[in-house]
Amino acid sequence: MKVVVDMDVCKDHGQCVFSAPEVFQINENGRLVYVAESDESLRDAVEEAADVCPLQAITIED
Amino acid sequence: MSRRILIAGASMGGLRAAERLRASGFMGEIVAVGDEIHMPYNRPPLSKEALAAEVTHEAVAFRLRPAVADVTWRLGVPIASADLDAGAVRLADGAELAYDGLVVATGMRPRRLPTPGPARGRHVVRTLDDARALRGDLGPGARVLVVGAGFIGCEVAATARLLGADVTVVAPEAVPMRRPLGDDLGAALQRRHERHGVRFLLGRTVSAFLGADRVAGAELSDGTRLDADVVVEAVGSASNTEWLDGNGLDLSDGVLCDNALRVEGRAGVVAVGDVARFPNPRYDGVARRVEHWSIPTDTAKRAAVTLLADLALGAADPAPFAPLPTFWSDQYDLRIQSFGAPALGADDIRVLDGDLDGEVVVGYHDGGALVGVVLIGLPSAVARYRAELMRAPAAA
Repeated sequence: MKVVVDMDVCKDHGQCVFSAPEVFQINENGRLVYVAESDESLRDAVEEAADVCPLQAITIED
Repeated sequence: MSRRILIAGASMGGLRAAERLRASGFMGEIVAVGDEIHMPYNRPPLSKEALAAEVTHEAVAFRLRPAVADVTWRLGVPIASADLDAGAVRLADGAELAYDGLVVATGMRPRRLPTPGPARGRHVVRTLDDARALRGDLGPGARVLVVGAGFIGCEVAATARLLGADVTVVAPEAVPMRRPLGDDLGAALQRRHERHGVRFLLGRTVSAFLGADRVAGAELSDGTRLDADVVVEAVGSASNTEWLDGNGLDLSDGVLCDNALRVEGRAGVVAVGDVARFPNPRYDGVARRVEHWSIPTDTAKRAAVTLLADLALGAADPAPFAPLPTFWSDQYDLRIQSFGAPALGADDIRVLDGDLDGEVVVGYHDGGALVGVVLIGLPSAVARYRAELMRAPAAA
């Protein structure tokens, strides 16, 4: 599963971290970092993260 | 036989309901009816970054997942009435649509001031078209009068200042965003707005708008007169439920639902989003509408499951529905984030971290228990306080 975050749109709200902590994290500078190639078993969690993103910056590409 | 689920409302809650119906295996027809001409889009940016830039549908539209590609969207036509016993709605264009299941997702509309005076130049901010119209009137030097000092009013004030407008906020409260933030945090935020050049005239209301064919100013309840080219009315919202009149429902404040989002006493009818008044066992179990951004998604997910169970197309979810309401507000470079229900802890507000004029965490308590948290900045503290709220037992 390929996860894409539009970093021009992302404002580091970090809501995605609560839905899919295996994929999304807020680093020590307060910026979002994520695992682009994530395991298929995390699809539901990443979809949930995409739903709750205030800026709607997260997509699953395949 | 194929079944039809009608979704009344084509905004975020309606879209999320359609997605969850499909995700839960519903194979029948889904028809979504919306009074706006636009496909579902995200509203919060309309008073923030989208208003500061060019307001386009593309900038705020929700992506449509493949699973909802076969949903029929009837856009630009309001629902005129519903007959829940017969299982049918009538649209404003006269069309009648029968359904097996109904999702009420018609949301809210902005209240308008009954104040006398010219109508031109007076705006609200709820829809994309509202924001577009307002954007056209904003610009350097425009004299903007924001009526209402809640979150929408303060966001518009901040955005208008960033665009170079001259901004005055008029509201009856003593401090902005008093509900739900409280006096101290509201006052601290007022100081920040004032540093950016926003003028507050609080403790008063507008008694008349002045001008001939369009707004040129306002007279306030204390006799103050001020010039204004643009007025933004940000004075709360009203539920879009008139189309449900005559069905014996409690529509006194949105649509009364049980904890599973079933409209009270009606199998096969559910409500989602800010129009749904439901009890949240995370707090006191009193049914309330919640106008927070996270609620359409949370309620739609549960309501879809409830609806399919009522139609014998799926299993009910026995777990209590206890969402943690969440919203945010961006004003200048401030990120304000709210978790839980600060309004329920308004009598016991404590600064938990930082200070009110810098980055801060404010806690709202009921019976000594933390029921809501508002953060300004401090992103590294979000996870800890959110976890505490998720863990907190329901207040007595």
